[in-house]
Amino acid sequence: MDPRTETLLQMTRRQLLNRGLNAGGAAALAGLLGKDALAAGPDQPKRSGGLPDLPHHAPTAKRFIYLFMSGGPAQMDLYDYKPEVDKLFNKDLPDSVRQGQRFTTMTSGQKRFPLAPSMFKFAQHGKCGRWVSELLPETAKIVDELAFMYSVNTNAINHDPAITFIQTGRELPGWPSLGSWLAYGLGSETENLPNYVVMTPTWSGRQSAQALYNRLWGTGFLPSRLQGVALRAQGDPVLFLSNPSGVDSKTRSKMLDGLAKLNAIQFERAGDPEIQSRTSQYEMAFRMQTSVPELTDFSDEPQYVLDAYGPDVTKPGTFAASCLLARRMAERGVQCIQLFHRGWDQHGSLPRDIRNQCRDIDQPSRALVEDLKKRGMLDETLLAWGGEFGRTVYCQGKLTRDNYGRDHHPRCFTMWMAGGGIQGGRSMGVTDDFSYNIVEDPVKISDINNTILHCLGIDNQRLSVKFQGLDARVTGIEDCRVLNEFLA
Amino acid sequence: MKTRIALVLSMLCSTSLAADDVDFGRDIRPLLAEKCFQCHGLDAEQRETDLRLDTREGLFAELDAGGVAVVAGKMDESLIYKRLVTDDEDMRMPPADSKQMTAEEIELIGRWIKSGAQWEQHWSLVKPERPAVPKVANSNWPRTDIDRFILARLNREGLKPSPEADKLTLLRRVTFDLTGLPPTLKEAKDFLADESDQAFEHVVDRLQKSPNYGEHKGRYWLDAARYGDTHGLHLDNFRQIWPYRDWVIESLNANKRFDQFTIEQLAGDLLPSPTLDQRVATGFNRCNVTTSEGGIIDEEYYVHYTNDRVATMATVWMGVSLGCSTCHDHKFDPFPMKDYYQLFAFFNSLDGPVKDGNRRDTAPVVKVPSAEQTKRLANLDGQIAQLSKVMGDPADDVDQAQRQWETRLLAADSSKASWVVLHGKDTTSKGGAILTRLEDDSILVSGKNAAKDVYEVIIENAPESISAIRLEGLIHESLTNGGAGRSVNSNVVLTEFEVESAPVGDPEKWTPVKWARAWADHSQQNGDFKISNAIDGKPATGWATQGYDKVEDRTAIFVPAAPFGHKGGTRLKIRLKHESVYAQHQFGRFRLSATSAENLPQFDKGAASAEIKNLVQIKAEKRNAGQEQKIRDHYRQNVTTVESIVKARTDLAAAKKARTDLDKSLPTTLIWKEMAKPKPAFILTRGAYDKKGEPVTRNTPAALPPLPPMAEGEVPTRLHLAKWLVSPEHPLTARVTVNRIWQQYFGVGIVKTAEDFGSQGTPPSHPQLLDWLAVDFREGGWDLKRMHKMIVMSATYRQSSRVTPEMLKSDGDNRLYARGPRFRADAEVIRDTALFVSGLLVRDIGGPSVKPYQPAGIWHAVGYTDSDTANFKRDNGKALYRRSMYTFWKRTAPPPTMATLDAPSRENCTVRRSRTNTPLAALALMNDEQFVEASRALAERAMREGGQGDEARATHAFRLVLTRPPNDAEMAVLMENYRAQLGKFKSDKDAATKLVNVGESKPDAKLDPSELAAWTMIGNLILNLDESMTKE
Repeated sequence: MDPRTETLLQMTRRQLLNRGLNAGGAAALAGLLGKDALAAGPDQPKRSGGLPDLPHHAPTAKRFIYLFMSGGPAQMDLYDYKPEVDKLFNKDLPDSVRQGQRFTTMTSGQKRFPLAPSMFKFAQHGKCGRWVSELLPETAKIVDELAFMYSVNTNAINHDPAITFIQTGRELPGWPSLGSWLAYGLGSETENLPNYVVMTPTWSGRQSAQALYNRLWGTGFLPSRLQGVALRAQGDPVLFLSNPSGVDSKTRSKMLDGLAKLNAIQFERAGDPEIQSRTSQYEMAFRMQTSVPELTDFSDEPQYVLDAYGPDVTKPGTFAASCLLARRMAERGVQCIQLFHRGWDQHGSLPRDIRNQCRDIDQPSRALVEDLKKRGMLDETLLAWGGEFGRTVYCQGKLTRDNYGRDHHPRCFTMWMAGGGIQGGRSMGVTDDFSYNIVEDPVKISDINNTILHCLGIDNQRLSVKFQGLDARVTGIEDCRVLNEFLA
Repeated sequence: MKTRIALVLSMLCSTSLAADDVDFGRDIRPLLAEKCFQCHGLDAEQRETDLRLDTREGLFAELDAGGVAVVAGKMDESLIYKRLVTDDEDMRMPPADSKQMTAEEIELIGRWIKSGAQWEQHWSLVKPERPAVPKVANSNWPRTDIDRFILARLNREGLKPSPEADKLTLLRRVTFDLTGLPPTLKEAKDFLADESDQAFEHVVDRLQKSPNYGEHKGRYWLDAARYGDTHGLHLDNFRQIWPYRDWVIESLNANKRFDQFTIEQLAGDLLPSPTLDQRVATGFNRCNVTTSEGGIIDEEYYVHYTNDRVATMATVWMGVSLGCSTCHDHKFDPFPMKDYYQLFAFFNSLDGPVKDGNRRDTAPVVKVPSAEQTKRLANLDGQIAQLSKVMGDPADDVDQAQRQWETRLLAADSSKASWVVLHGKDTTSKGGAILTRLEDDSILVSGKNAAKDVYEVIIENAPESISAIRLEGLIHESLTNGGAGRSVNSNVVLTEFEVESAPVGDPEKWTPVKWARAWADHSQQNGDFKISNAIDGKPATGWATQGYDKVEDRTAIFVPAAPFGHKGGTRLKIRLKHESVYAQHQFGRFRLSATSAENLPQFDKGAASAEIKNLVQIKAEKRNAGQEQKIRDHYRQNVTTVESIVKARTDLAAAKKARTDLDKSLPTTLIWKEMAKPKPAFILTRGAYDKKGEPVTRNTPAALPPLPPMAEGEVPTRLHLAKWLVSPEHPLTARVTVNRIWQQYFGVGIVKTAEDFGSQGTPPSHPQLLDWLAVDFREGGWDLKRMHKMIVMSATYRQSSRVTPEMLKSDGDNRLYARGPRFRADAEVIRDTALFVSGLLVRDIGGPSVKPYQPAGIWHAVGYTDSDTANFKRDNGKALYRRSMYTFWKRTAPPPTMATLDAPSRENCTVRRSRTNTPLAALALMNDEQFVEASRALAERAMREGGQGDEARATHAFRLVLTRPPNDAEMAVLMENYRAQLGKFKSDKDAATKLVNVGESKPDAKLDPSELAAWTMIGNLILNLDESMTKE
């Protein structure tokens, strides 16, 4: 339908009543869905605002949740089990392994590169027999749901370019993020909540942490309405959601009532459909004033659900609370949800910090996967877990058996995917005895992003925008593949 | 892409096409570019056969495999057509896995071949010539030549222009467009009253003279220049470059010619004796994002930065995107990699570090004093010159005193300064140590070694006149390391050296000696341990001997302000205080002496050096001017007590210090400075910094006009490049610039893709008008104000923007201009308007960035914890109400309301903003503290200035924002709404008080809070109207 006709139609059917009659967003939502149901038929949830030719193929996931570990978790302390290194405590990293690989300036001045075996115990778990360290006892219980990639690699050795690359396919600013590409291609299933939500939970490791950047959920050259909305733990969950002090919902409603009427008069004069569209955005803002607090209010969650996510779940802004929010958003049709958990940049005192970091994420991650599964949503929700790079097997700083640090290592690191379309229990890629080089099946960041697109029904080659004379894609310029081995 | 093709098609369909109507540039090239150039274009690596379709030669040349792609007039002989229509799937082009051509497109190519296959260069690469202005039937409508181009096209499409907008709408539109602010009620009244034919022109002239003009126009430029207040990468620390922003505002207000504006920004540093302003202008090329992240490879980022500078220059002046040429030859436009790296070579020689060091002033920088600071500097320079003159000019009394001093110096020198060793009579140690006099009259300390100690020595018979006291710290085998101190490392810290004197005849009448200066033969270097610390009266500071590695005797001399002593003999009480935090840092052996000599040979300051002494030996009449000057300088600087000179000396030191302090406080700004020798440049294979290919020299792209010939051995510079961009031959600069100007007024450029005039961009909607404007701009002296004025004076611009369903159908996007522009204002304009109409706006122009309201935690949520922008601290007072272009722009977390309303992050060059309409924007405009406070301030104005009666007040608020008065229907809504809100706030006074107290500024206490709250909600309502945030 021509967007202008759509607007005109929408105008005639516009239901101011939804706001007037109902403080609850649920009825508003019903009203909207009712309208959409007319257009889309009874079974398909209608998406609005995407490209007409999408999805390119039947999707295996409707939405995507990305648990991002900012700073770069040490793969050999969590998942990539390297017993051989145990015997080589404090021995130098063999030159044959290092192969002239560049160091960051943080360790390039070190006289030697002593091997630091993980001090954490590993055991096999699940039917798949996955090795998991003692740091993640809860995640260990769901390994049969997860598909592991041990051979993820990236070019950048520094945080800013590495994380920007994962999110946008480029190391430098200016390109759209994965979530905004999804919104651009697929449009939105929900009108009462933002389509792409980002959370930046608190962390318990060292408080001096690497930065995040708005560009990581920005839109680059795509329209800025597609940008991720940062859901905040402090103040309003969505910026400016609350009415000013002294203004209650009734007062706001009255003001919006006047706004709609005056805009309607103006529309009579000026005839610009943009005026209607603006009014409806204000209506939607009003609905969000209800639907967002409903989203963030856990009082309707049974105790056993809260218990599953762990004690932190009642503290706003924690990883646990964010995971539960992610599930609630998934239920409400939010398409892309991303958690950026900071504090994984463990150059020193790694054992202490990684314990704290793992405590933050372990139980909530498991709870999220199981909660989705119980609700029958896991097979339509794609999940990914990982950071912007891995860490070195050699020690940065002083090495003892129970204390060490690790520098950045982009040549191999571990990530996992799960849910919508991914076959749990599988794994891909093998690293050498030092978790330093890849021996089998390297996986590029662009392969992973491509696979995410694929699961959501998008052919990467066909989702592009002309920019700077190029067909710009979220997977950047390099060739990439879909990780078919993981697909259910 | 769909839109573009749709546009092409609509162009084709709308003019009933005969075969000869096919236009290569408009119809065929874009098609070939889109569907064929990928494999048959410039990029040699991608070409699978020798067939090229992007050049005339390629299209018409005999192929190696035989045949010709295009034979004019003969579809059947043209291979390209045959391959398009063949049934053989293996032969058919484009290949199955590529973008396919529609039947209409194939037919179009056929028609083009049939009609003679006219070929021409891509339109934007051909120098624009001034086209003839079309003759139009409706000769009453056009006001300018612009209108004749527009009308000719409208006529062709069977459309008619709209009537002129009413005066108030027009006034509001043009005031927004030229200043970014709405008109005042007085301006509206004046305009309505001016019934002359020039009334509108008067308004335009007035607005162009307003300093707000340069602010508003500058803001667009700052998007393009990617101006920001932080470095943009990693720590994203503060970067000080706001003087560049001021330069932009001032240049536009002064209507600096655009060619000069260009040259100064790209190459101001290379102009002959560049002014400070011209150097500040080069900040344009320093606005790119930078990093200081540990472990980056400098070379890699030097390439990134240079790429950004090239891309920005190419986008801003040439409207071409060269991004893809960093890695391979451009697939669609004639820019091979080599040409790219030749441009790269112009920008690769910044004389500064790659890592920004997380500093605000990453080199190269320049200091930029304000007008007031410049005045103060000049003032101080004047004072310094004047005082220096006093210090240097002959003056009888001083010179006479100098002669006497010279005489004494000669006499004293012959006898040497004689030190009399002082015999201590009573010696005591506060810390309980034992002080023993040795044969050489030195005193050795032993016994108890307290953490701190004060030695006191009484001398019974010192000289009658004492000009200095000498303290010798002497080494001794009994002391630590055989040194002079008692501490574990033999170091000594003397915190204070005090002397009192009394006449022998009145032995208890002690007078403390005031020291003028002190000297030591050595002081510890690593820290503040200078000898003057021993006479500063502060027990916390002291003189240290560095005894831990200097095992030797030490000497210190203490000089009083004036010689002291008593006729008949002097009694002295001398205290050596060792009271520093350093335990036991006291002398273990010392000796005291006194002298009466006027000249103190060992004393650096005031004592004549050997050189001065030698000069004084020369008889006055035999000295040359330089020698005389040296003696005089020494005397006046160090010796004289003549009051006028002492005062001048003191004042001069103070003035010099004030100047140094002021100089240190001056703001700096990032500028360009070229390396002495340009850095060599290479083609970088696939853009990789470490894969250097063929070396390249600076040059402009072959597809564009050449640089003027260089002199023998001359290397082209950015100055040549900048001049080349604004040379009359350049096909792009003027077009690209007028297109961006047009875009400001009509929302969309004549070329919609303002950043891309290449074959992948959209073709111009009015190619002849674009060329006409471009030539007029260039030939009219690159006069920006003139160009802006011409556009707003046009009948096209002045049309009513009212749109009907028919218009939406015939030209929904208003690309044909059958009506005036209507679109949402930019973020900054919306905020500035709210501040302006509420009377809160602070009109100061320029200066450092400010931090107005922002919800807590926005920076902290993402910021690197050690960044100097990790914690947002809001400003107070005036800074909350400055125009939005002065808001501090942290690039990794831009001001949230601005970002929600589509302001770019300023990480990259932006020449075209999106305009979105979202619930988040609605929330911000309703609830952001800034806007709520503005609603209240607007309400106060309505109540104070609107007169009596609710309707009068509502009208006032409405007009302040929308310039026009409300009509009856609108008034009815406002009144109904006001009464409802008033009822609510009357019954809930607490809520009213809360609402009217939002924001830092305080509400007018004279106004009833309930009424004010109700009006505040009306203000909030009016400010959120579509019309309020729309240029209509």
